Amino acid sequence: MIDFLNTLSIYILPVIITIILCWALYKKSPAYESFVEGAKEGFTIAVKIIPYLIAIMVCTSMLRASGAMEILQNFLKPVLNYFHVPAETTILMVTRSLSGSATLGVLSDIINQTGVNSYATKLAAVITGSSETTFYVASVYFGAVGIKKFRHALLAGILADIVGIIAAIWICTIFFL
Amino acid sequence: MDAMLKSGQKAVEIAFGLIGIMGLWIGIINIAKKSGLIEIFSKIIKKPLTIIFPDLKSNDEALSDIALNISANALGLTNAATPFGIKAMEDMQKNNENKSHATNSMCTFLAINTAGFQIVPAVVLAILSSAGMNNPSQIIMPTLIVTSIAFISALFFVKLLERVFK
Repeated sequence: MIDFLNTLSIYILPVIITIILCWALYKKSPAYESFVEGAKEGFTIAVKIIPYLIAIMVCTSMLRASGAMEILQNFLKPVLNYFHVPAETTILMVTRSLSGSATLGVLSDIINQTGVNSYATKLAAVITGSSETTFYVASVYFGAVGIKKFRHALLAGILADIVGIIAAIWICTIFFL
Repeated sequence: MDAMLKSGQKAVEIAFGLIGIMGLWIGIINIAKKSGLIEIFSKIIKKPLTIIFPDLKSNDEALSDIALNISANALGLTNAATPFGIKAMEDMQKNNENKSHATNSMCTFLAINTAGFQIVPAVVLAILSSAGMNNPSQIIMPTLIVTSIAFISALFFVKLLERVFK
């Protein structure tokens, strides 16, 4: 089962790209022009996150250099070890619902600290890829139409985030351990 | 001090490493957008959406915008998805009697949006591959399973809580 899913992982991207290109060919849509226009946008996105990445990575490096991070992680270690959660990923679980750019910064920091092929990196990548920044989405969409009473929307979003993190911890032990 | 300077430099290196892959992916997805593939995708998911949003049966415009928003998000086109999402909110606000109070449909839409359903987590893949991971695609299936679980639980919680928060 896991082997089959792993094979699927490898083929999803090429299949999606092939479908998109064949469809564009069939529709006689100007694929090259669309591609170039989109690629420009990709460039802007990558450049736009630079200030946030700098801020977050400097903050986490100071937190680590001061030793505060180590104290916190040692304190949580027995519980984390039991569930096979690398201590480095705990900050990511907190930032995930708060800020998208901060989460990318923390993810990059985990890659730096533990290596790109480590289990911590894989778990962090799955958590980052499987969720959205709940608070940001709520403020943009409700703010746009002037909703002030959010009712149960935020609570449902946060509960789903927590379930997502638990699911990520569980699924990653199946796939990567 | 040394740690600060080094990490600041590292941040820029990471962002520059992203440019190529982000450009490639958004470029490909833009082809899907311009050739009308996203509209087709959103037409397919519109029918099942009436089950999730029973209040919007008569609000076809809102349903279409929600479908477009979910389709664009699923492909990792967050920037294109946001205008559809705001449009959907405006469509729902038109039929809202108390303008500062969120309706059930608005809360449901927000909750499934915060669950962030994505078929391809483009930015994460870009970071992993620019950092040199062997075979970054290995995270696609686990991520898809987790995001589906989060999506379903968001629906469950929002439907359960709408009876509590009047």
